[in-house]
Amino acid sequence: MPKPEDCRFTKTHEWACSEGGTVTVGVSDHAQHEITDIVFVEPPKAGRQVKAGDSCCVVESVKAAFDIYAPIAGEVTAANEAVTKDPAVVNRSPMEQGWLFKMKPANPGELNKLMDWNAYQAFLKTAEAHAGH
Amino acid sequence: MTSATTARRTPLYETHKKYGGRIVDFHGWELPVQYEGILKEHQTVRSAVGLFDVSHMGQIWCRGPQALEFLQKTNTNDIARIGLGQAIYSHLPNENGGIVDDLIISNLGKDKYFLVVNAATLENDFAWLAKQAKGFQVELKNVSDDYGMIAVQGPKALELVSKEWPAVAALPGRFTALELDVLGAPGIVTRTGYTGEEGCEFIVPAAITAPLWERLMSLGAPLGVKPAGLGCRDTLRLEAGYLLYGSDVDMEHSSYEASYGWVVKLDKGDFIGKAHFARQKAEGVKRKLFGVKLLERGVPRAGDAVFADGRKAGAFTSATFAPTLNVGIGMGYLDRPDLKPGAKVSVEIRGRQVPAEVMRMPFYISKELKNAKA
Repeated sequence: MPKPEDCRFTKTHEWACSEGGTVTVGVSDHAQHEITDIVFVEPPKAGRQVKAGDSCCVVESVKAAFDIYAPIAGEVTAANEAVTKDPAVVNRSPMEQGWLFKMKPANPGELNKLMDWNAYQAFLKTAEAHAGH
Repeated sequence: MTSATTARRTPLYETHKKYGGRIVDFHGWELPVQYEGILKEHQTVRSAVGLFDVSHMGQIWCRGPQALEFLQKTNTNDIARIGLGQAIYSHLPNENGGIVDDLIISNLGKDKYFLVVNAATLENDFAWLAKQAKGFQVELKNVSDDYGMIAVQGPKALELVSKEWPAVAALPGRFTALELDVLGAPGIVTRTGYTGEEGCEFIVPAAITAPLWERLMSLGAPLGVKPAGLGCRDTLRLEAGYLLYGSDVDMEHSSYEASYGWVVKLDKGDFIGKAHFARQKAEGVKRKLFGVKLLERGVPRAGDAVFADGRKAGAFTSATFAPTLNVGIGMGYLDRPDLKPGAKVSVEIRGRQVPAEVMRMPFYISKELKNAKA
């Protein structure tokens, strides 16, 4: 499972991590904390083609629903069934057991346009990071 | 001049920050939506005891030789039924059979009643009541700013308060009320709540509210007491089938339509809007508030459409994930008053039709309250 230092991050608080040609996507620890208790996850269906920034997954707390955006373009290849069965896994382990879906990137280089761990840490200190998901 | 938009703070604002409350703007009040988490707090109230800051709610004294006559005129329920030390849930009707607010009235002495009304409607309620009071020998006093209010709710709530206020635990059941000394100040305690659990609500002078909170926290520590935010207040009340004024009932809906016909006592004499209520009772309603439970995974929200027999029959006025039941629930007006519990319906959630079922409310009731009713 990925280390945060090996992942890339979006301004909408998704993380994306590439391993052997597959990109795993989830929400950052910051995001799970802001979302609060997660009670429902509706992941994208395998086979779906997405562009970067497409809303493709829904994570819901008791109070509200949050769109999760594709960090890069590509095809969804798998969804994490563990989080649909037990959504609280995303709160407990957002970057490991709580991953949301896997993608086959259209262009593997696209990932490098996203923030790395240090850049994301700096981003979290800005007002923009807290403007909502 | 610009209108004041600054959110108001209750006497417990600093206390909430101290306990890690996540403060949000709630109808113009800065209140905690949660401390540790909505699910944990919900569970604490269902299994042990939680403290809620409900100081934003409004309090009105209604006193005078014609206080009872006045309350009979302005309420759907029969206020003459409550003797000294008793409380009653009621609706304030308007001339058209709509509801100005829902409230709890306590009888605290001869010609002396205490009203607890909703925060968002307080000013409108007071103006409405003052207008209706013309010609009655009654004094109305809005004392909302003078008081703080703490709800102590859960199966261990009475055990907690009995440690310092045995008279509260000794009250003869739900919907009772008592004036008593709280930390050296004059307070009021009612055996009421909005959670579907046993418990009580303290109404105390504003300056006493924070010390009372700390006292309840320390007395309740061995029982597992925790602060509980507005987030779980909403999930708890929805499971318990309680209405939220402004969402589930309002000026446009009657008590009968809200499935709260039991608060309308047509045999008590005249009251505002009585003709409308009597007609509705005789003719039946065209739409009715139903409880609906999802049969598949999903989180319904207020506004989601409810379909019956393939046709949109209405929409949820309140809906949530129900932590105790681990399922999505909601309530809303359906133009199918003939529907019975168990009727299959569906809820449209983000374009998807999710199978659901009409349920008799409450969705959940604690064994303590069930036994109290039996």
